[in-house]
Amino acid sequence: MSQPLSNRLGDYPSRATPQYAQGSSANLADILERVLDKGIVIAGDIRINLLDIELLTVKIRLLVASVDKAREMGIDWWEHDPSLSSRATDERSLTEQNRRLRAELNALRRERGIPEVDAEPRAPSRPRADRDDDDAE
Amino acid sequence: MTTSSSEPVTYAYAVARAHPDLAASLTGRVGVTGAPVRLITEGAGEEGAGEIVLVVSQVPAADFGEAGLRRHLEDLDWLEAVARAHHAVVEGVAARTPALPLRLATVYLDDGSARAMLRSAVRLFTERLDHLADQVEWGVKIYVEATADSSGASSAEDASEPAPASSGADLTPGRAYLRARRRQRNDREAAYRAAQEAAERVAVVARAHATDRAAHRPQQGVLAGDTGENVFNDAFLVPRGHSEAFRTEAADAGRGLAGVRVEVTGPWAPYSFAVPQDAPPDTDTTTGAPTDRPGTPGATDPPGTPGSDGDGNTGDAGNGSDSDSTRDGSDRGGTARGGPP
Repeated sequence: MSQPLSNRLGDYPSRATPQYAQGSSANLADILERVLDKGIVIAGDIRINLLDIELLTVKIRLLVASVDKAREMGIDWWEHDPSLSSRATDERSLTEQNRRLRAELNALRRERGIPEVDAEPRAPSRPRADRDDDDAE
Repeated sequence: MTTSSSEPVTYAYAVARAHPDLAASLTGRVGVTGAPVRLITEGAGEEGAGEIVLVVSQVPAADFGEAGLRRHLEDLDWLEAVARAHHAVVEGVAARTPALPLRLATVYLDDGSARAMLRSAVRLFTERLDHLADQVEWGVKIYVEATADSSGASSAEDASEPAPASSGADLTPGRAYLRARRRQRNDREAAYRAAQEAAERVAVVARAHATDRAAHRPQQGVLAGDTGENVFNDAFLVPRGHSEAFRTEAADAGRGLAGVRVEVTGPWAPYSFAVPQDAPPDTDTTTGAPTDRPGTPGATDPPGTPGSDGDGNTGDAGNGSDSDSTRDGSDRGGTARGGPP
C-alpha cells in the first residue's frame, strides 16, 4: 500500500480521550484488543451472527492490526467506507488506484504469458532492501 | 431466538469472587447503556455456593438483540462507547476482587438464564479465580521510532521520501537521494536490532516477576496512533507484590537503545489470562461441572496458544498475524458450539 491508514485519516474521531482510564493509560486500541479478543467467550442467549462478529473483528483488527496483511487478504473495505476514506486525498487515491490497476494488469499479463510492466511507479514507492541495492549501483 | 424489543435483557461483564464490599463499591456505577450494575449470586446449596458472582446490567433488547447488535457493531462510535463502558465495569470489579472478564456483548435473555450459565461452570470459574487472585495484567509494547528526518512519519512507507541530506550537498540529487535512503535503511535496521534487545530485556524482567505471558498482535493502523511501528505487544501476568517492580523495570527496557520506545500499560484486569494459556482447544476443563445446558461450559474457549511462541522472535512484526489466524480458527470452532438451547 502507498500510505499507512493512520496517515490518511489523521485523528480518527473516535480517538477520544479515555474517560474510564483507571490507573492505566487505557487507549482505545488497548481496550478493544482486550474486550474483543481476550476474556472468556461464553455462549450467551443472544446469538450474534458469527459471520458478522468475525467481519467486525476483522474491521477492528484493521484499525489496530496490520493493514498490509489485510490488503494481502483482499480486504479493502475502508476504501469504500465514507467515514474512513473521506480524508484520503485525491492524489493518494489516484496513486493507489494506479498501483492496483498495474497489479491487475500484470496478473492478466502473467496469465497470457506477456511480459509484465513495472508493478509500481519508481518513486515514491515502498522501500525494499533488495531494490535499494540495485538502485545504488 | 425471539425477544420483544421492549423487554430488557441481561448483559454480563465478568465473573468475580464474591466480596462483602463489592456490591457497595458498584453503587452508582452504570453499565454499557446507563442502567445500574448488579450482581447475580449463585444460589446456596451448590458447590462453591455464594463464592462467585456474575456482574451484569440490564440493556435494551432492541440494541443488544441479534439485529441490534449486528447493526451497532458496525458503528465504531457505538462500539467505542460500549467497549469503554464494559472495560470500566470490569476494572471497577477487578479493583475490589479477583475477576474474569467476559468478552464484549455476552448477553442473556434474563437473570435466570445468566445464573444458569454461572452455575454450570462454577468449578471452572472458581479454579481460575484462585489462580488469578492477587495477580494483575501488564501490557508491554515496543515501538521502533520513525527515523529522525521523516518528521513525525510513522511507518516504513514514509522512508520512500527521504528529506534531502545536508551532508550530500556536493552530490548530484540522485546520489544524495540514494545516500540518504541507504542511511535511513541502516538506521531502521539498527532500530530493529535495538528493539530485539529491548524485547530480550523484557523477557528477563518477566522471568523475575511475571507468572504468565500472552502474545498480542502488534498494533498498527489508525487506533495504534502515529508514534512509531509497534513490533512487540505482549501481556504479562504479575503478582501484585511484584507489580511496581515489573512496571519500573519493564519501562526501563529501552534505556540506552536508540530508535526504540517501550510503553507499559496497566495494571489491567487479567483479560489475557481469563482462559489458561496452555489449555488445548476442545478440551473440556469443566470436568465435574453440571452440563445441563449444551454448549455452555465447553464454550469457554481457549484462545489457542498465543503465549507459547512469544520468546526469541519478538522483533518480527509479522509473527502476530500468523499466530492469530490460527487463533481465529479455534475461536470460530469454539464459539460455534454455543448459541441458544
